[in-house]
Amino acid sequence: MKRLFDKDTWQEIFGSIQKNKIRTIITMIGVLWGIFIFITLSGSSKGLDNGFERAFQSIASNSIFIWAQSTSLPYAGYKSNRNITLKIQDADVLKKKVKGIKFIAPRIVAGVFGSAGGNIVRGTKSGTYAIYGEYPEYIKIATSKIYDEGRFINESDIKYERKVCVIGERTQLELFEKDEDPIGEFISINKMNFRIVGVHKFVQGGGFGDDGDIYIPFTTFRKIFNTGDDVAFFMIAADEDIDGVKVEKEIRTTLKQIHKVDPNDERAIGGFNLGEVFKKTMDFAYGLTFLSLVVGIATILAGVIGIGNILLISVKERTKEIGIRRALGATPLEVRTQIILESVFLTILAGIIGIILGAFVLSGINAYTIDMTDFPYTNPTVPIYYILGALALMVILGTLIGIIPAQRAVSIKPIDALREE
Amino acid sequence: MIQIKDLHKSYKMGSNSLHVLKGINFNVKEGELVAIMGSSGSGKSTLLNILGMLDLLDKGTYDLDGVPIKNLDETKAANYRNKFLGFVFQSFNLINYKTALENVTLPLYYQGVNRKEREATALEYLDQVGLKEWATHLPSELSGGQKQRVAIARAMVTQPKVLLADELTGALDSNTSKEVMTLIQEINQNGKTILIVTHEEDIAKMCTRIVRLKDGIIMEDKKNKMIKAI
Repeated sequence: MKRLFDKDTWQEIFGSIQKNKIRTIITMIGVLWGIFIFITLSGSSKGLDNGFERAFQSIASNSIFIWAQSTSLPYAGYKSNRNITLKIQDADVLKKKVKGIKFIAPRIVAGVFGSAGGNIVRGTKSGTYAIYGEYPEYIKIATSKIYDEGRFINESDIKYERKVCVIGERTQLELFEKDEDPIGEFISINKMNFRIVGVHKFVQGGGFGDDGDIYIPFTTFRKIFNTGDDVAFFMIAADEDIDGVKVEKEIRTTLKQIHKVDPNDERAIGGFNLGEVFKKTMDFAYGLTFLSLVVGIATILAGVIGIGNILLISVKERTKEIGIRRALGATPLEVRTQIILESVFLTILAGIIGIILGAFVLSGINAYTIDMTDFPYTNPTVPIYYILGALALMVILGTLIGIIPAQRAVSIKPIDALREE
Repeated sequence: MIQIKDLHKSYKMGSNSLHVLKGINFNVKEGELVAIMGSSGSGKSTLLNILGMLDLLDKGTYDLDGVPIKNLDETKAANYRNKFLGFVFQSFNLINYKTALENVTLPLYYQGVNRKEREATALEYLDQVGLKEWATHLPSELSGGQKQRVAIARAMVTQPKVLLADELTGALDSNTSKEVMTLIQEINQNGKTILIVTHEEDIAKMCTRIVRLKDGIIMEDKKNKMIKAI
């Protein structure tokens, strides 16, 4: 062990490595390539991972959409193909019966699914936009952001059926001048005046909707459009620590009971579980990470074996040198230590260069993809413990693989080594 | 200095056994310059290898300066070689990627001498063989005689008890041989015990004692009136 920290030991190793440049370079390329692939792959898969996460960040990752369609089976005296409409009362039942619902936002809409949107007029400007009847819960589930000066629909808006609205960014652009503050201004929706209380920033996420949508209180909506207790769909956020798939199943079962639908009817209640999609996508990303780990480690392994191979050849080449050293008093331990240290040193040096190259490539890819917001690839990083792990792996493998040529070097008798011409 | 009693050595060649040394009794006193002669196959190199602890004896005893050389494992042999012996080979056996100076420092490195001291000592010995100016040259830049002188400096640098030379002039022309032998005689004059294996009569005559081997036994062992190399 004393030898390990002895300057002279390292001078001997540097000497031997320096004086055999080609051998050194060839030896290093294998490991360098291995660690380079390892770093690049795991960094890229992390980037993909981050990219997926970013793509899902606009919406609570365990949110569920539930809507009603027509039945596919006859049940309880009803024929099949009966149209089901969700009701506002369903929300209370669901909240009571299904565990794990964090928020439930009943929504109703005019302007999508083929219905007519609202005619919006402001002064001389006008347009047609989708109008949503909303509860305050919506903003807690979706991650549409309300700009600082404004607010979303609140409880008293619902209670007093206020004529207030939240408009989209695009609506603002189309109805207002650039330097105009829309908050507090009035617009006409289907010939009724609404006061604007907020502007929402639309973030591309799951589901539908765009940056022109206008949100008004649910209660106001049903009065204007005469929709009674109808709900277009529920948007539900499940508790973070709960299985979203199970919650979705329970919700469907409950709704089927309420609306007298055959429990086996798969069509009547439609649903879309973002959590499930999110989980599947993340599983895919984890799979990629794992794959890159396996491939990377295998490549490192191949590189280290390459080092062992070349050292083995070099030991054969250096038989005579080793014989001379032993005749001059090098003990087997010293010979062994030198060969193993050469192996470990070359491995680590090559590894560090590989890490640096890999980091360069990753930052290059990052610089190239940083503006591509549609491409699910963000901030490719390699966790430090991956790097430390890779280095540790290289030291261990370098030592192990060095043992083979070292043993060979020691097994040659000095007398035979000297006789070799 | 060296006491050998009833030394036997045989090599296994497949199913046969080749009996190379058949009972050698041989003593060397301090300060002798001994030539070991014999035709090839006489066992002279085997004897030198056993004396050099590069090979193990089968039977008999070997004492070096009062130390019984027995039960040698590789590590012990390496330490003894480093402490007690200096080697000079026919093919010089310098490490080709190390400079003359680095080659000479190598035995001291294995003794654990620190770098500064090592280089100072080595330079001193290179100076003694007249190659101080060549210290930073690689072996490939040296002539045969110079290489052998570097090898001698390397052998002497640890101040060994005995210098063992195997056909040290075998690869040199006669003038260079004489130069190298002059150096050997000088070292001997300073009191070093030296054994030279050779098959050249000229070289043998430059020694103080000639031992002739034939078929693994000593045929003749006589004092010689040393002829000056130059």
